[in-house]
Amino acid sequence: MIPALVVFLYLGVVLYIGIFAFRRAPGRQDAEDYFLAGRSLGPFVFLFSLFGAHMTAFTILGSSGHAFHNGIVTFGLMASSSGLVVPLTLFLVGTRVWSLGKRHGFMTPVQMFRDRWETSHIGTVIFAVQALLLVPYIVIGVIGGGTTLNAISGGLVPYWFGGAVVALVVMSYVFFGGMRGTAWVNTFQTILFLAFGAVAVTVIGAGLGGFRETMEALLASPATAPLLTRERVPPLFFFSYTFIPLSAIAFPHISIFCLTARRLQQFRKTVILYPLCILAIWLPCVFLGVAANRVTDIPQIRDKIEARRALAVWGPRLSPAERDQLRARMAADDVVLLLLGRYAPIWLAGLLGAGIMAAVMASDSQILALSTMFTEDVFAHYGGKARFGESVQVHTGRIFVVLLTIVAYTIALRFPQSIFELAVQYGFSGFAALSPLVVAAVYWRRSTKWGALASTVWVIASVAAVAVLQWLVPAPAPGPPTVVWSVGGVEVLVRTANGTAVCGLMPVVPMTLVSVVLLVVVSWLTPRPSAATLARYFEPLKR
Amino acid sequence: MSPRRFLLVVVVIAVYLLHQDFWWWRTAKPLVFGFLPVGLFYHACYSVAAALLMWLLVKYAWPSHLE
Repeated sequence: MIPALVVFLYLGVVLYIGIFAFRRAPGRQDAEDYFLAGRSLGPFVFLFSLFGAHMTAFTILGSSGHAFHNGIVTFGLMASSSGLVVPLTLFLVGTRVWSLGKRHGFMTPVQMFRDRWETSHIGTVIFAVQALLLVPYIVIGVIGGGTTLNAISGGLVPYWFGGAVVALVVMSYVFFGGMRGTAWVNTFQTILFLAFGAVAVTVIGAGLGGFRETMEALLASPATAPLLTRERVPPLFFFSYTFIPLSAIAFPHISIFCLTARRLQQFRKTVILYPLCILAIWLPCVFLGVAANRVTDIPQIRDKIEARRALAVWGPRLSPAERDQLRARMAADDVVLLLLGRYAPIWLAGLLGAGIMAAVMASDSQILALSTMFTEDVFAHYGGKARFGESVQVHTGRIFVVLLTIVAYTIALRFPQSIFELAVQYGFSGFAALSPLVVAAVYWRRSTKWGALASTVWVIASVAAVAVLQWLVPAPAPGPPTVVWSVGGVEVLVRTANGTAVCGLMPVVPMTLVSVVLLVVVSWLTPRPSAATLARYFEPLKR
Repeated sequence: MSPRRFLLVVVVIAVYLLHQDFWWWRTAKPLVFGFLPVGLFYHACYSVAAALLMWLLVKYAWPSHLE
């Protein structure tokens, strides 16, 4: 119970920072101050809060869980590709979004789209799609909070209570502190979870009897040796994962964070250090997830390995329901927590648990982003601000924060799915396929609102299609996939053990490419925005 | 496009392609430092290379006109 108490203490510190530590005088709090911290973040807070906003529950929990079953490939799939693509998009697109936001006073991406493409209702459609895709991301934070507190306390804190506590803490500092409170909490949390990796690796490494011995033992066993290579993942599938980090610049909370920088210079350190921050947290987590396969003295981990073996051996002969039962037993998002509970001294387990909690609680910036979007893109846009004033607008944003938290918590109680699958299948792929919109808005003069609409409708339709397909066609056992559609012997659409593949690629690839094609073709076929609007946008962006 | 800008674009594309390191796909050895599978070590180095690339872009292609 002591580690759980340390985590509760940590939550108290987070509440203090978020609500009181960097609060401005109440009179200063207009909408821009509440939702964007008055566009005033310096380089240090901008880097750490942006990074903290991007990292989620599976930075520690999901990555180690994924590595536990899939091996070292997890790092190349998700970390090193993000280390290149995310800072690159921040450099190429984020800086332009910042510049236009400052020049024209935007607080959300949809405000920019509306003005840039001279549209109103299409902006509302984009808002709805962004909001729909962002909700699962918020739910992840609640699920991660419940899972973490439950595991750290050895089951004494029930999942529903842990999730409620995390949701309540996040809601409180977002409610009172707005962007300024959220940014400082994110900064504190990012420092904490970056420190987590090095400490956890040292402590658990000693507990396992040394990493050299652990790796040699894993290599010696035919069952675990493939985890140290990437032979179980086809290169084409690996390549397709590089599309996922495109989601970063399309995430509303990342775009909105780009608007909080005081000066353009703040992006410099951020884009250079971003890959190193990713390395610092992901490498230890992936390594520990793989090393956990060597553990023999933690019954829960033994049970996961046994369930995996049973699924591989007996899977094809089992019913879908029986396979799902085995997959539920295999769920490995708690593997790092189990390692800490076994190998870390009790006081350190608490501190490291707080580090994990820091990563888990990334839902704050998403909740604030949705609140900003609702108040700016719906409430203010449809006359609420003009009618009731800016003060009511901020209050509306706060009420939205409360309602959203309640909805996310309710959903979290009903979702049994793995954190990782939930995020990738719906949130990340959808936002990656929306990224052409942001790029076109700031780079392509010829893009139009109808092109943007076609792309957006395609994204939500394709996300829904993947969800329906995976619901209708049960996941097969590891091994040959279930072929859903083939042409001339070529497997076009298959249901795999972990998801769906289109011509051997993750769905995110065709989703993004078709999104680009629709945006381009429909834009060419429809009238461009007025010359005045184009001049307002592109003259300042010229070198 | 200036030669410097062209060169930077080529470097960015090259770094992106280097992510697909098919040459160490099926081997874990050598274990770097005695415990890091070579495929994992490669991608750790790749992250450092990405940071260096971003430093290059910031130094030679910074969009200061946006300020």
